[in-house]
Amino acid sequence: MAFEIIETCVNCWACEPLCPNQAIVESRPHFKIVADRCTECIGDHDDPQCASICPIEGAIVDEFGEPLNPPGSLTGIPLEMAMSLLEKARRAQSRGETAA
Amino acid sequence: MELPVIGQMPASASGGGCSASACGSSGEQLSHLPEAIRAKVQDHPCYSEDAHHYFARMHVAVAPACNIQCHYCNRKYDCSNESRPGVVSELLTPDQAVKKTKVVAAKIPQMSVLGIAGPGDPLANPQRTFETFRRLSAEAPDIKLCVSTNGLALPESVDELARHNIDHVTITINCLDPEIGARIYPWVFWRNKRIFGIEGARILIEQQQKGLEMLTARGILVKVNSVMIPGINDQHLKEVSRVVKAKGAFLHNVMPLIAEAEHGTFYGLTGQRGPTAGELQELQDACAGDMNMMRHCRQCRADAVGLLGEDRGEEFTLDKIDEMDIDYEQAMAVRAQVRAGITAELNAKRAERADAEVASRPLPMAGEAGTRPIRIAVASSGQGLVNQHFGHAREFLVYEASTHGVRFLAARKTDLYCAGDDTCGDAESVLDRTIAALSDCEVVLCSKIGFEPWGRLEAAGITPNGEHAMEEIEAACAAVYGELAADGRLAATCDRADRAA
Repeated sequence: MAFEIIETCVNCWACEPLCPNQAIVESRPHFKIVADRCTECIGDHDDPQCASICPIEGAIVDEFGEPLNPPGSLTGIPLEMAMSLLEKARRAQSRGETAA
Repeated sequence: MELPVIGQMPASASGGGCSASACGSSGEQLSHLPEAIRAKVQDHPCYSEDAHHYFARMHVAVAPACNIQCHYCNRKYDCSNESRPGVVSELLTPDQAVKKTKVVAAKIPQMSVLGIAGPGDPLANPQRTFETFRRLSAEAPDIKLCVSTNGLALPESVDELARHNIDHVTITINCLDPEIGARIYPWVFWRNKRIFGIEGARILIEQQQKGLEMLTARGILVKVNSVMIPGINDQHLKEVSRVVKAKGAFLHNVMPLIAEAEHGTFYGLTGQRGPTAGELQELQDACAGDMNMMRHCRQCRADAVGLLGEDRGEEFTLDKIDEMDIDYEQAMAVRAQVRAGITAELNAKRAERADAEVASRPLPMAGEAGTRPIRIAVASSGQGLVNQHFGHAREFLVYEASTHGVRFLAARKTDLYCAGDDTCGDAESVLDRTIAALSDCEVVLCSKIGFEPWGRLEAAGITPNGEHAMEEIEAACAAVYGELAADGRLAATCDRADRAA
């Protein structure tokens, strides 16, 4: 039983000092959770601390790979909107590059 | 003909006449402050409109973590073409930050202020932030220290802030009403839990107000920043201004929302717009009756280095710093000399203005027909002079000239933001954007200007003028205003809107 930090982590350090078990370590390309030490905060806190401060949706997952903060849960940006708008911005950018 | 410069009126003269009692230029803005506070801020580049042309500041990015989410921020974003708060390219350890500060202070002797502003919330990274302050207080005692915060962790940090002799704290306060707050802050992290919506906003607001009261009670200067978000908190900010003033904040800085879809922020993606220059100005004017307003803020990056409006961060990246060998003792001596020189120059200018003020008489043209106020844009690279080539200007200082004098209104950036679309880096569209940003101005003053932009500006109804190169900005604006009045080009009926139509 342990959480995992995946590649969408932006290395913001917010989780690191909160872990009651010092299970979070700075690492490149992104921070990691030492599985042996992670207790998912059971016995220490009502909510897992890393997942409660992490600003990036999907960056921390449980043992089944399920995100603790699923898309849309933190920013309020509906997933489809985020995808389609980002896609539009990307297309506009590549058009610009072609034109230049 | 001589025009008085409103921003430089002595306190006694400025009390009654000018309806916007804090016009934004330094003299006026700071003249309302008690002497002790004025002495602290008058040489601070971020607070003093004239000092910012001379003294430089830097931010060190030592604070990556944040304890709240704002709808105008995306924690994934890091673009070196972009210039806005919360964005940085290189995170520093306290040790690296101290080294960088000392190197910059040696290379840029007019650097007088070190701030920690992010990229997260400095007080959500207390160890890193306070270690940096602790060491700098000891190793570079001549540098002023500042910090900005969202306020959530402020009450618990006040003791430590007071210990490091940090005399300026900036709190970003966007609202007093939790229902408005819930539309700006989706969540806060509080007492080991993520708290969403109105309840989260309520906690944040409570902590901000408590922190503000605690700081002012201890005599620590507090500036309040607010982000103007049209349709969400724009009207509400007048109330914010009143309340924070009553609680002792010495300056209120209303900044425009920056939101583009390509930033990936909630506001950017949902099409929330920022205010127009006119809307921002109107709100600043409305708040000015209650509060000293700050108008020359450049919304610097969390790792900005140099004079306000410029960023020399690229010269001081970690690998470059490593190669620089600094004799810090000698650098301190040079700094003291350079500063003494600047202070003497500033004081001389301030005294000169005060003298000119006493000598000035009611304007001969006041009350005559044909003297409507106009706006003038100025290209300046510092020292308070018209001294920049039009094509090199990345921002313009906008002044209003009227029969009451000349007052500074705002700094308008033109090509500083990476638009990230097909306009990026395109000279033609930078000019388009400049013209759009200056559409309410009738004259643009610069040291020189190319043939093509000259024609384009004229076609857009903005008269380029290179005849006042190297002159003092206010004096040049006053002279231009006088020339236009003499030519009969300031008839009250012929206003900007009519001309544009």
